[in-house]
Amino acid sequence: MTQNLAINVNGVAHSLEVEPRRLLVQLLREDLSLTGTHIGCDTSQCGACTVLVDGDAVKSCTMLALQADGAAVTTIEGMAKDGELHPLQAGFWEKHGLQCGFCTPGMIMTAADLLSRNPDPSDDEIRHAIEGNFCRCTGYQNIVAAIREAARITAAGGSVALPIDDGGDALPPATGDAEAAPAGPVAEERGEDLTESTR
Amino acid sequence: MIPAAFDYVRASSVDEALRLLNESDDAKVIAGGQSLIPLLKFRLSSPSTLVDIGGIRELAGISRDGDGWRIGGLTTYRALLDHAELCAAYPLLGDAINDIGDLQVRNKGTVGGAIAHADPALDFPAVGLALDAEVLIRGADGERSTPLDGFFDGAFSTGLGAGELVVGIRIPDLPAGAGTAWSSLSQAASGYSLAGVAAVVGDGHVRVAVAGVGEMPYRATAVEEALAGGADAATAAAHATEGQAVASDIHADAEYRSALAEIQVRRALERAMGG
Amino acid sequence: MAVTTPHGASLKRKEDPRFITGAGNFLDDIKLSGMTYASILRSPYAHARIRGIDTSAAATMPGVVAVFTGRDMENDLNPLPCAWAAGGASGGEVGGVTNNLNTPRALALDDVKWTGEGVAVVIAETLEQAVDAREAVDVDWEPLPTVVDAEKATEEGAPQLHENAPNNVAVTWSVGDPDGTASAIDRAEVVIRQRLVNQRLIPNPIDARGAIGRWDPGGDDYTIWMTSQTPHIMRLLLSAFVFGVPEHKIRCISPDVGGAFGTKIFCYPEWALVAWASKRLGGRPVKWYETRSENYQATTHGRDHITHIEVGATKAGEVTGLRVKTYANLGGRLSTIGPGIPTTLYGRLLSGPYKIPNVFCEVVGTYTNTVFVDAYRGAGRPEATYVLERAMDLVADETGVDPVEVRRRNFLPPDAFPHKNVSGLYRSWNGVELAIDSGNYEPALDRALEMVGYADFDTKRREAADRGRYLGIGLSTYIEMCGVAPSKWIGVVGEGWGAAMWESANIRIHLTGKVVLTIGTASHGQGHETTMAQIVAEGLGVPVEDVLVEHSDTSGTPFGYGTYGSRSAAVGGMAAYTAVEKIKEKAKRLAAHMLEASPEDMEYADGGARVKGSPDKVKTIAEVALAAHVGYDLPAGMEPYLDETAYYDAPDCTWPFGTHIAVVEVDKETGKVDLVRYVAVDDVGNKINQLIVAGQIHGGIAQGVGQALWEGAVYDDDGQLLSGSMMDYAVPRASWFPELELDETVTPSPINALGVKGVGEAGTIASTPAVVNAVVDALSPLGIRHVDMPLTPQRVWRAMRDARANGGSTNGSANRSSSGEVRS
Repeated sequence: MTQNLAINVNGVAHSLEVEPRRLLVQLLREDLSLTGTHIGCDTSQCGACTVLVDGDAVKSCTMLALQADGAAVTTIEGMAKDGELHPLQAGFWEKHGLQCGFCTPGMIMTAADLLSRNPDPSDDEIRHAIEGNFCRCTGYQNIVAAIREAARITAAGGSVALPIDDGGDALPPATGDAEAAPAGPVAEERGEDLTESTR
Repeated sequence: MIPAAFDYVRASSVDEALRLLNESDDAKVIAGGQSLIPLLKFRLSSPSTLVDIGGIRELAGISRDGDGWRIGGLTTYRALLDHAELCAAYPLLGDAINDIGDLQVRNKGTVGGAIAHADPALDFPAVGLALDAEVLIRGADGERSTPLDGFFDGAFSTGLGAGELVVGIRIPDLPAGAGTAWSSLSQAASGYSLAGVAAVVGDGHVRVAVAGVGEMPYRATAVEEALAGGADAATAAAHATEGQAVASDIHADAEYRSALAEIQVRRALERAMGG
Repeated sequence: MAVTTPHGASLKRKEDPRFITGAGNFLDDIKLSGMTYASILRSPYAHARIRGIDTSAAATMPGVVAVFTGRDMENDLNPLPCAWAAGGASGGEVGGVTNNLNTPRALALDDVKWTGEGVAVVIAETLEQAVDAREAVDVDWEPLPTVVDAEKATEEGAPQLHENAPNNVAVTWSVGDPDGTASAIDRAEVVIRQRLVNQRLIPNPIDARGAIGRWDPGGDDYTIWMTSQTPHIMRLLLSAFVFGVPEHKIRCISPDVGGAFGTKIFCYPEWALVAWASKRLGGRPVKWYETRSENYQATTHGRDHITHIEVGATKAGEVTGLRVKTYANLGGRLSTIGPGIPTTLYGRLLSGPYKIPNVFCEVVGTYTNTVFVDAYRGAGRPEATYVLERAMDLVADETGVDPVEVRRRNFLPPDAFPHKNVSGLYRSWNGVELAIDSGNYEPALDRALEMVGYADFDTKRREAADRGRYLGIGLSTYIEMCGVAPSKWIGVVGEGWGAAMWESANIRIHLTGKVVLTIGTASHGQGHETTMAQIVAEGLGVPVEDVLVEHSDTSGTPFGYGTYGSRSAAVGGMAAYTAVEKIKEKAKRLAAHMLEASPEDMEYADGGARVKGSPDKVKTIAEVALAAHVGYDLPAGMEPYLDETAYYDAPDCTWPFGTHIAVVEVDKETGKVDLVRYVAVDDVGNKINQLIVAGQIHGGIAQGVGQALWEGAVYDDDGQLLSGSMMDYAVPRASWFPELELDETVTPSPINALGVKGVGEAGTIASTPAVVNAVVDALSPLGIRHVDMPLTPQRVWRAMRDARANGGSTNGSANRSSSGEVRS
């Protein structure tokens, strides 16, 4: 028995038929092929499935797809715009905030929620904010550095490119100059790094 | 990971929700879903129908209500934390809620859900007990209220009748000059309190509520009476688990949990009293 | 001969763009045409006979394509192999499990040996349908008595798991000099005895384990996508031992793998199951991906040693003898290399950075009704380091000598290398000898002490006491053996690992000048797409972004031994380096021909081959690659293309070392432990990429601290896993750690041209005892000298309560002065 669901994901409206027991994470991953959101546990703890629903970080494994009827969802796939990385994506890349990359999308989405409310968090505030996002690879140190860097990039360049919370509109572009918010991939920048490192 | 199949309906008003609940023997209400959905995924709960009340506007909102506050059942932990006036009025609220779950859970978990779901592990009911909360209930006969103290029958069981819905809670203003405190030690894996204590102490007014220790969150009335009778915090705290069947698991057996309860009660009292 | 390479850059990783944009390709992301979904029914009993399985109800449920039990595949699939029989017992005998081998099958046949062993599989069109139908499979169980404790399993009267393993003993092994050690301990001025538990852990990579099997009717061959650290080894083991088909009939592909920490090395039942099932379905792919709770019962656990130590020392704290007996829990059946972990990788490390003259270690590996145990980050070395570092602190406690001073007095001095431990700990039974090739332990120790402010510690202790806290400081001075391993030492004629451990690298340079490196390692978070590219880019003088690194697909690629044991840099990186050297040699010869010069007059530098002394007479590597491809004018006898493969067999293991120091505060009332500072000074030789090395250390430390303070797999006596989900198994969270403070000394490895040692496991190896030592130090005013892990509030509280009840004696256990003064 399926029911109709109207949902906006990353600025695109969808109408789907889903079973009531379908979790939002399954809808995203399987029905919409947005596999950047991951499943890491079955007790709603690890946070690998975190997305933004109407601007709030939510564990998509602990939400029925139908509960998101009429909502605007942002996933990791919706963070970069027009080839420009979101400051959080840039920060994670810059600071080696990921190793295997599995927890990273959820981590970034939670951090997006944090930075939208607290643009200049202390390290303690960052660590508290990501208590619901488990990482087994990094020991969290560079994740904290990455989020700090994202805050710095944003502060240097302007407002946070936070995804929508009212449904339907395209994401505002990440403001900030090219130095502060590097687009990716950035071949020139890496060429420079290499030159310095290999002499 | 995959729940058993169920039907799903969305209610747009409390009356509609009540009607939908009455139509099925085996319906459950879903609000934030942070406690219920994990049970569904392990098939520990298999209702035939879920009635989603998450969109019912009248259940949202925090407002003054005479000499107290009315908190709609759909109020999330996050909304409570964001309400500066409420947090200023009840200082222990912010401390306790920051301990609950994590950022994502606090975005979705609701006050009404915590009360109605009656999971003995939750912290929020203990906070409510210490604040003399009343549960606001709507049924076919209209709205009634009942003290939170006495609302729980046991694990996952409340005094809610068939065809009734928790619509919110009401907490009275604290007595003038009362101090509050939350003191807790959590189980590392789950984040639930091994012993979590909410305390309110004012002139001739003591409330001490304990989470994680007994079969349900409870008012430590023996502690309250001792304090009211002039005992100091340490002496009063010795009564922390009086009359309770203390829980025991691999993280904290009954002996440790009892000791911990006493320590947390004492610490909460000292902070509430000392400022 | 060591080549000086500069410290690696902190280069951003090349693989990150796909991960930060959600474009990674993890196992559960893969959707194939016609794919079906498998749900495995697992035993609710820890020990039971299977009287019968009724799949009829399940088979008729909606969407179900098939239901299989072990019987269905009994004749098609052999039991899984155990590929490390733990040879090398001292005394010249082959030890190990030759006669006591008991390994899992794709699905259990007649009985189950642990809660969670798979007995039936439901395959359906959707996962929901498979899960729903799985509940309808009916098993007639006959429960049997259980035993879960590794030591108790060997006692008379314990339930016997396997007929061929009396007293549940899977392997007995020993190393060292029993008589010399006994004598040293008997004569010692000070003797300490201690029972140590290195508790069972559940590794918990956030990406669980899974596989997709697809049989192709056209070739009667299989492709298996698997979350594996070792796709080539899996191909070998599955084809040769399980399916009995030629090697080319199975292709193994590891997609992006989200962490592993050892658990994804092994040959699991499900790898065979999904491939076999696909053939039965006529070629429809079959996907299985475990839930987290399933991971806790179906994927290997780590550690689980019960160890009795006896330490003999002088009153000045010099250890004269160390005798160790370890009961190592191997689980209900053997995992692929389970027996090797508590033997070669543990016992042989039991002298650490010290000059202990007499060591004897006995290991009994036992079967119990628990999930199989195998390598978990560090794989034997954390267990050894824990024994050593606790022993050193116990010696300090007993003698009153400061723990720092105890280390100094026992360290191997810098001129002791290459060092072959005097009791032959590094000699395998066929006589191959390894040496600890290098080490200089005191500078790392000194630096760590300086960073943590060791000298001022008493002041800090008093200040913490005023806040109701015991402050403690704990050391761990470790060595690690990694960069595994020389094939002639580790292999079946040596330590007993079933094959070799060299590594492969193929480099092809296309006519455009772009480079493809195919490496035999299997990166799953370690950044090989960057680090290996850096090695090749530096060697060839090309931009890093012009080097594409490919790995983890067995089709058409050289055999690789995968990624574990901190081997990828020292062995894989050297394979890449060696391939680069071969390319450079050919480039010089072809360039000489192009420049009409003599090959002996050529050198390779700055991205090209040039005539020595005439830098303007040069051909860039891209020009050479083009010339090699088109082949219009090649020297006589030269084949077209720049394509070189190198297989590198390491001449020795590598030997990182360092000092970690943990500072903890213990709540005097509740027993809660907070980690307040953590200092790590590590020597991992040269570094290819500074950022990546630091990241590995951070992550390793976090896991080791996790073992010390929060983690532990708990079984009840009936073999039920009480810590059955993340609700009861504490995976550490961000807010539990302080900022980790890292520094280094750099002693390049002398055994490879890159000077690299490997770093993946060092953090975990060092950190666990540093934290435990710190907690014991904090509690020492109460006379407490040991508490077992994890140091949960309850455990610490109980230790304090018991100590206070006993009068809190100061029996040589008053807070040690940080000044190194000897107290009586």
